[in-house]
Amino acid sequence: MADYKMHLLVCGGTGCNASDSEQIRDNLLTEVEKHDLNDEVQVVMTGCFGFCEKGPIVKILPDNTFYVQVKPEDASTIVEEHLIKGRKVERLLYKDPENNEPISDSKHMEFYKKQVRIALRNCGFINPENIDEYIARDGYAALAKCLGERTPQQVIDEIKLSGQRGRGGGGFPTGLKWEITSKSVADQKYVVCNADEGDPGAFMDRSILEGDPHSVIEAMAICGYCTGSTKGLVYIRAEYPLAIQRLKTAIKQAREYGLLGDEIFGTPFSFDITLRYGAGAFVCGEETALIHSMEGLRGEPTFKPPFPSESGYLGKPTTVNNVETLASIPVIINKGAAFFNSIGTAKSKGTKVFALAGKINNVGLIEVPMGTTLREVIFDIGGGIKGGKKFKAVQTGGPSGGCLTNSFLDTPIDYDNLISAGSMMGSGGMIVMDEDDCMVSIAKFYLEFTLDESCGKCTPCRIGNKRLFEILDKITKGLGTEEDLSRLRSLCKVIKDTSLCGLGQTSPNPILSTLDNFYDEYLAHVKEHKCPAGQCKSLVKYTINHDKCTGCTLCFRNCPVGAIAGEKRAPHTIDNSICIKCGVCYDKCKFDAISVS
Amino acid sequence: MPKIKLSQRTIEIVKEICLSFENNEGELINVLHEAQHKLGYLPAEVQELIAHELNMSIAKVYGVVTFYSFFNMLPQGEFPISVCMGTACYVRGAEQILHEIKRQLNIEVGQSTPDGKFSLNCLRCVGACGLAPVVMVGEKVYGRVAPQQIRKIIAEYQEGCVRPEKHEM
Ligand SMILES: Cc1cc2nc3c(=O)[nH]c(=O)nc-3n(C[C@H](O)[C@H](O)[C@H](O)COP(=O)(O)O)c2cc1C
Ligand code: SF4
Ligand code: SF4
Ligand code: SF4
Ligand code: FES
Ligand code: FES
Repeated sequence: MADYKMHLLVCGGTGCNASDSEQIRDNLLTEVEKHDLNDEVQVVMTGCFGFCEKGPIVKILPDNTFYVQVKPEDASTIVEEHLIKGRKVERLLYKDPENNEPISDSKHMEFYKKQVRIALRNCGFINPENIDEYIARDGYAALAKCLGERTPQQVIDEIKLSGQRGRGGGGFPTGLKWEITSKSVADQKYVVCNADEGDPGAFMDRSILEGDPHSVIEAMAICGYCTGSTKGLVYIRAEYPLAIQRLKTAIKQAREYGLLGDEIFGTPFSFDITLRYGAGAFVCGEETALIHSMEGLRGEPTFKPPFPSESGYLGKPTTVNNVETLASIPVIINKGAAFFNSIGTAKSKGTKVFALAGKINNVGLIEVPMGTTLREVIFDIGGGIKGGKKFKAVQTGGPSGGCLTNSFLDTPIDYDNLISAGSMMGSGGMIVMDEDDCMVSIAKFYLEFTLDESCGKCTPCRIGNKRLFEILDKITKGLGTEEDLSRLRSLCKVIKDTSLCGLGQTSPNPILSTLDNFYDEYLAHVKEHKCPAGQCKSLVKYTINHDKCTGCTLCFRNCPVGAIAGEKRAPHTIDNSICIKCGVCYDKCKFDAISVS
Repeated sequence: MPKIKLSQRTIEIVKEICLSFENNEGELINVLHEAQHKLGYLPAEVQELIAHELNMSIAKVYGVVTFYSFFNMLPQGEFPISVCMGTACYVRGAEQILHEIKRQLNIEVGQSTPDGKFSLNCLRCVGACGLAPVVMVGEKVYGRVAPQQIRKIIAEYQEGCVRPEKHEM
């Protein structure tokens, strides 16, 4: 690598990319060239920095200046002021929301203070398309150590000792899983990386693959060495084109460097990786369905046992691991099991990546030690609720998880605590909701998702979820009764107990947790036919205040269904039997004469 | 649905794709991805041809195509519009956005406008949740979309934009 004096790191994650970060990079390159700084300054496109809320991000090394919400036209200012004159561009610095003071170094920002980065260690630090940068940060050292100094069993023992559990949702001990495959006897075994990331609203795995693809490749090779597999497959969503491209580039470079292929590091161990594409089916994240999908079939789950570790892809022993699980492996090898084990709670070790989204100030990607509380995540790191609204609930675990309230804010996050709270860890999606969100609608939203994604193989899930959805739909339309609430509960139980795969077994969770924590809200819907959050369309009513209405006719002319009547310059009225509650009149009225109740 | 006759060129393209995966049945999903990428969608006739090339039943190919939401059996609009309905976008008002697009284009999800310019679909999380709610037109991502912006976004495409290269059936 050339000896650059300065590095300009431009975020190339999906969020920032969507806000023109490529143009920012190009403009920076042009400016650098214009000022003849090519030999001193390097411009690099990195993966997500995590602070997507304030993207696009540009970070400058070595002084660690962190510029937020950069626009392509800011490139010349950054180069002329910061690079040439050595003056920071104050208007692009992050302002502390407490006192409005600019903060220049990201490590002093509340957002980053409580984070510990293991899986995300390289995201935002390296150019993911340049293997040398990964290597410069201890990349492939773990693989070298395993192949050169350790037996497969020693590596497995180290992982077992670290206490690492699968980050894909199940939380199965990783070392144990590898050991089972390693002990299975077969002529061919496989390593599969599960990059299907189906939880809507979660983008952890995508960001790791976009920002640090080599960490996953290295870990897959280590897994191959431990389990006796020579072939690796990454099952990745076709909806992730950038991650696919970065992964392809990384695999190609690893082959060129002899880190994939035959006789790696001159040892007898050979390993290579190919890609398989998902095609938009959530259930394919489930490992048996994923394997069928890779075989070219419909992605329907099958009964376990046999577990993939014994009989998986093409009937051969197959280790399936999640992206984040894999990304942490090289750190466990390099820093030792004791390091990883020292972080976290009694039964959940290490760190967990969360995609923090919804009604929160700092939407982004974070990594915290297991045992951090929800309050710390939402209020310290996440900066609290958007627009000063009141916190209502946080949803973890996606369509399989539950909504937790205020009373759980001080619960330390780990696998077991979240389950006893009625939710689950899931893959790491964390959606924050405020007072304007109706919990019945949220439950209905998840059920609609499950309904869409159920593979239809077994009856409780295919038909039971449909019935659940119908009942919820009825309730949100104000047609539900109290008996419906008990019907919901009993049906949920049946579906949980009798479904074949994890999708059906967990699909009632969003309903059960909202029934437990927001029963009053359900009651308001069925007894008073009111939606306290004002979100259920059928339960809101638009009325025109005759004292304020000037008779301008604007609402009359805009109502799509002709529900408004009135003479020019005389007060108008809405016929609620016709009104479809589209809200257009409310938005149009310039005199604040229309109210919603 | 009326039968369409595949052009000689289309037949060649499909055969080439199948061959590049060694006409291997296990590669069906990759074949379908590639075919949809090149042709834009997967009408019944293309599925029949693929079944023939890979030496498997048409029912099996059809079963796979309909199982996965990524595969389309109907042609997409010139500018496919996708509204993200992931949870992050949902809680930030994706429903209103979808509603407004439907109203402006006068079509339902899964349909195209009569002039073939726009088609409307929902998808689940494009990974830009920080920008929620998100709408995609083709490959372009629009973030923090408000219902009032929809008219402007659609107008951008209504006037003479270049048509992306797609092979005709
Ligand atoms: C319905 C369903 C969806 C799943 N989706 C995913 C997913 O998107 N990504 C993932 O890594 N694991 C997912 N899993 C979990 C996998 O089945 C499997 O446990 C995991 O990939 C194992 O890797 P780990 O031990 O590293 O967590 C899903 C499970 C179920 C039941
Ligand atoms: S529980 Fe649902 S998704 Fe799972 S196998 Fe049964 S029908 Fe399919
Ligand atoms: S837009 Fe407002 S002021 Fe005008 S007629 Fe309607 S309610 Fe009255
Ligand atoms: S809410 Fe919509 S349908 Fe109802 S009166 Fe207003 S404009 Fe008409
Ligand atoms: S995508 Fe740029 S910070 Fe996340
Ligand atoms: S939920 Fe819409 S981009 Fe993630």
